[in-house]
Amino acid sequence: MARKITYSQAINEALAQEMGRDESVIVMGEDNAGGAGAPGEQDAWGGVLGVTKGLYGKFPGRVLDTPLSEGGFIGTAVGAAACGMRPVAELMFIDFMGVCFDQIFNQAAKFRYMFGGKAVTPVVIRTMYGAGLRAAAQHSQMLTSLFTHIPGLKVVCPATPYDAKGLMIEAIRDDDPVIFCEHKLLYTMEGDVPEESYSIPFGEANIVRDGDDITIVTYGRMVHYALDAAQKLAKDGIEADVIDLRTTSPLDEETILESARRTGRVVVVDEANPRCSIATDIAALVGQKAFKALKAPVGMVTAPHTPVPFAASLEDLYIPSAEKIAEAARAARS
Amino acid sequence: MPIHMITMPKWGLSMEQGQVNGWLKSPGDKVTKGDELLDVESDKIASGVECAFEGVLRRQVAKEGDTLPVGALLGVVADAEAADADIDAAVAEFQRDFVPAQAGDADAGPQPEKTQIGGRTTRYLKQGEGEGVPVVLIHGFGGDLNNWLFNHTDLAAERTVWALDLPGHGESGKALESGSLDELAQSVIAFLDAQKIDRAHLVGHSLGGAVAMAVAESAPQRVASLALISSAGLGSEIDGAYIEGFVAAANRNALKPHVTKLFADPALVTRQLVEDLVKYKRLEGVQAALGKIAGQAFAGGAQRRVFRERLASLAPRTLVIWGEADQIIPARHAQGLSSQVRVEVIAGKGHMVQMEAAQEVNRLLKAFLDEGA
Repeated sequence: MARKITYSQAINEALAQEMGRDESVIVMGEDNAGGAGAPGEQDAWGGVLGVTKGLYGKFPGRVLDTPLSEGGFIGTAVGAAACGMRPVAELMFIDFMGVCFDQIFNQAAKFRYMFGGKAVTPVVIRTMYGAGLRAAAQHSQMLTSLFTHIPGLKVVCPATPYDAKGLMIEAIRDDDPVIFCEHKLLYTMEGDVPEESYSIPFGEANIVRDGDDITIVTYGRMVHYALDAAQKLAKDGIEADVIDLRTTSPLDEETILESARRTGRVVVVDEANPRCSIATDIAALVGQKAFKALKAPVGMVTAPHTPVPFAASLEDLYIPSAEKIAEAARAARS
Repeated sequence: MPIHMITMPKWGLSMEQGQVNGWLKSPGDKVTKGDELLDVESDKIASGVECAFEGVLRRQVAKEGDTLPVGALLGVVADAEAADADIDAAVAEFQRDFVPAQAGDADAGPQPEKTQIGGRTTRYLKQGEGEGVPVVLIHGFGGDLNNWLFNHTDLAAERTVWALDLPGHGESGKALESGSLDELAQSVIAFLDAQKIDRAHLVGHSLGGAVAMAVAESAPQRVASLALISSAGLGSEIDGAYIEGFVAAANRNALKPHVTKLFADPALVTRQLVEDLVKYKRLEGVQAALGKIAGQAFAGGAQRRVFRERLASLAPRTLVIWGEADQIIPARHAQGLSSQVRVEVIAGKGHMVQMEAAQEVNRLLKAFLDEGA
């Protein structure tokens, strides 16, 4: 257990262990096998940020390079899944999902339901999300809520290396299509990860910090900001429960509501834009089902309703910060 | 007139710092060996810091809520007559010279190792050196070598002490055939063979005690003595609901009430302790392994193998230690044993008595091992 590896290595290890266990697991995506700018060189990149690097040599023929055509290869992955494979397709940036919405929303998400439960679509679409890399408006979005909206998709957003490995193994074994969201700024984060295989069930939120004064609900990279905020609050004698949702679909309503009823004060933190987001969804849930326990309006800390700015100073302002979270928590306390 | 520095203990290999949860003794209180001075919490577990000296608590240097590195000064115990000026000077000198160990220091101490024995990964930790007969620590059901966190280093001061992860446990291989006591005992014998240990003092906790007895039964020449702590195999009763609940629980909320039963003081069950158990239970093969072992050893909520009548004949010397407040296996199993067996029951402590009353258990074990040397 004592071994520390990065978030990126944890995902790679999960892929390798599942490929070793199950021949039907294949990996595909842009530069997953070879690499642009490296003619003839195999495994030059391992995906744009190197997450799949090394798999090509271990599993010849099962790591496929795809053309720069998300619409094509996501459709291929969905079709392969419907025909018995367990593809893990890398769709470089979540921002590019727009060109393959039909394959995801109308095909992958619907097969099980439209064929009376006789068809399964065990495809995993790995994708990078999030701001902070100075990559501008088309490479920095947080679109998790779009996929959470669609019944038939499962949406995973791990915050730590340990969760990344366990949730990836669960995603590959799950018979439904899974959108697996990886924050690009978490790839280098290190944490304790068991060498052995393990899986974390979907729909089980993780209470990453215990407190009885306020509930902070979040997921993905914002979990770490929420923990920083909780530390600041603790200095003022405010103890926060911090809930990491881990998966936004299915959603662990029970854990959120239990905590909300106990503390009576809730702040939701979401890196996404605020309208029709996970933040508004959780706020509505708490308002509907824990209203009587609430001692203050539900607070929301989100990005503003604007594209991610390219100017570094504006991008920094755009992303929720520990200070803003602590401020919202104090407001909910007063 | 000695002035004793009470410092942040190191519980287990990974502990780097601890948080002071509160003092249990006030300045001016008379203290004696074994008294708990203050509560400390590491990222793994909470426990009391026991006093190793006779005297008076003269200073509380650490304050409640402080997080301090291992080895940092917590307080001072000295005779009532020791001059305040001398104590202040000793504190000043300690603080001036104290350098906390850095993470990743070469001197990180012994680390667990893994080896392949009969096609199965076996994790073990070896501490200490010595010519004498070594000691092997065998944890209980659902446990691992970290169950000896408070014992291993202390016991290894003058001898070689091994702790292992049984099959299906910790970081050892999870595959089991039937999961019977004999299969577990054979894995311990295979470990002794692999490490070229001819003969060992076996110390077993809970199910590990029954495993130790099964080893002694099948290979008596390998066992120099048995020390059985809150041991299985000495009576038929066991809390079947605990076993069932522990096997079934898949998350923290489900597991916590069961784990709380392991200790007399429920405050010792930290979130990290429960979280580590959940992480263990998620590992592939663990659920099946625990199910098999429980099905063999505790089917129907009762212990299937009882060595009670033969206990004294299993090994040349035998010590039985129990926490009187054990909620898993009743402490009355320690009563009415052969007069050749030494029995020690520790008041107010639960099933994990080697953690809850570590210093006392260590004293009893060391005295027992010294006499046998």
